[in-house]
Amino acid sequence: MLTDFINMFQYDFIVRAFIAGILISVCAALLGTNLILRRQSMIGDGLSHVAFGATVIALSLGFTPLYFAIPTVLIASFLILRISNNKHINGDAAIAILSTSALAIGAVVNALSPGSNIDINSYLFGSILAINQTDIIIIAIVAIASILLYFTFYRQIFAITIDERFAKSVGIKTDLYNAILAAICSVIIVLGMHMMGALLISSLIIFPCISARLMSKSFKSIVIFSVAISVITFIFGLTASYSFNLPSGASIVCANLICFIICWVYNKLR
Amino acid sequence: MPLINVKNITVTYGKHKVIDNLSFSLEEGDFLCIVGPNGSGKSTLLKAILGEAKIHSGNIILDKELKRNFIGYLPQHNNIPEDFPATVNEIVYTGLLNQTHFVSSKYKKRADDALKTLGISSLKNDSYSNLSGGQRQKVLLARALCATSKLLILDEASNNLDYNSKSSFYALLKKINKTENLTIIMVTHDLDHKNLLGNKILSLDHDSPFFGSTDEYVRRIHAH
Ligand SMILES: Nc1ncnc2c1ncn2[C@@H]1O[C@H](COP(=O)(O)OP(=O)(O)OP(=O)(O)O)[C@@H](O)[C@H]1O
Ligand SMILES: [Mg+2]
Repeated sequence: MLTDFINMFQYDFIVRAFIAGILISVCAALLGTNLILRRQSMIGDGLSHVAFGATVIALSLGFTPLYFAIPTVLIASFLILRISNNKHINGDAAIAILSTSALAIGAVVNALSPGSNIDINSYLFGSILAINQTDIIIIAIVAIASILLYFTFYRQIFAITIDERFAKSVGIKTDLYNAILAAICSVIIVLGMHMMGALLISSLIIFPCISARLMSKSFKSIVIFSVAISVITFIFGLTASYSFNLPSGASIVCANLICFIICWVYNKLR
Repeated sequence: MPLINVKNITVTYGKHKVIDNLSFSLEEGDFLCIVGPNGSGKSTLLKAILGEAKIHSGNIILDKELKRNFIGYLPQHNNIPEDFPATVNEIVYTGLLNQTHFVSSKYKKRADDALKTLGISSLKNDSYSNLSGGQRQKVLLARALCATSKLLILDEASNNLDYNSKSSFYALLKKINKTENLTIIMVTHDLDHKNLLGNKILSLDHDSPFFGSTDEYVRRIHAH
């Protein structure tokens, strides 16, 4: 088993998948604590569908997926932010409409474009082969910048997460922070989507935090546990994906599910 | 020059006039209690002073010295979800963010002092979601105390406090009002304590509007 684990690193694509995946897992866990504790986890889900639609459209029309999907999802995230700030609109329903529309348009464009042979399955459930040379550079830059930003503004982000109104009253620019968080979330979802799969990327944001929550009584410990759980389940999941030839996203989510059950049992027995 | 000068303000929600042509002013070091029945616009007035509620006409002039980062505010309704996983310290530290970016030990001392004055030092590493209603209220008071250096705005701050906590909290307010020359605006329904607390009273009661010194207000009540 251990030699299998070491042997798999002789392949470049595996090394890339590990580096990219760990960076994305850390970012997803950090964003996840923010989204979950503010009860906005559906935003991640909505954005992942938009990312999928945009990627399929880009491939059908022959654009580079990243360069088309990132701006599209950024725009969608700002729309969602506006929608969820508006008391007169039913936020959940509006996000569902936006995300299913993006999905539908993607599927229609794909069906209409002649000779399209996109492996939809790999985009839905994730592929271990997904990360190429350019991707890894973009992922590394974005992820490291996001992580640094998060820890530099850790207290401010906590203040906004727990009580946005009070945060505003002590002079924190809440709208700016919300916009930056939404932007990072969009980019991470697009970057992580191909490896995790459009249907599963949002679980990378949600699962670690809800497992961590079962073990923690402070915000700090939630953040630490989320990151740890996210990285560990990723490593197990990707190893299983390689060893048993499973879709990578599905296998990582299964690892998260097992981790959640362990945390839940621990929480009950404590 | 007054610290806060409220001039002929009117605040409306839709067609409903909540505050109608109200004027008053406060000097530095004043301690104002705002009284009035439910729905008379007390919370709305505080929000107008803080810039959270839109003023329809008139204006509120704050002294140049009174910057945003000198104001501590305790809203009537807090927005923290019951089950939010955070410790007391983590929450109280957010009150320091108008003075410091990273909360260093120098500032943590200030939070410690606030917890001590409210008698909840022993809870500082406890989870907020496991506290009682009154204990939570004290945590939010400590947070507001950390955020304040010139003006403290309290909306029914003594909610949920037991008799002893309430008396010691009121004593604390009187003390910091005197020793630190802190200006305090407090909404209260606690008329028992009104003659003990504060030098000024604003009544938003439509039947008996009043602004003036506490002594005069008491005299007027007795005359009725
Ligand atoms: N966001 C809002 N939208 C519409 N109307 C509002 C809003 N907030 C308050 N009101 C109305 O304004 C009036 C004054 O409300 P406010 O909260 O200022 O009263 P209050 O004096 O603080 O009452 P209480 O003692 O119950 O706290 C009420 O009639 C209320 O219905
Ligand atoms: Mg009120």
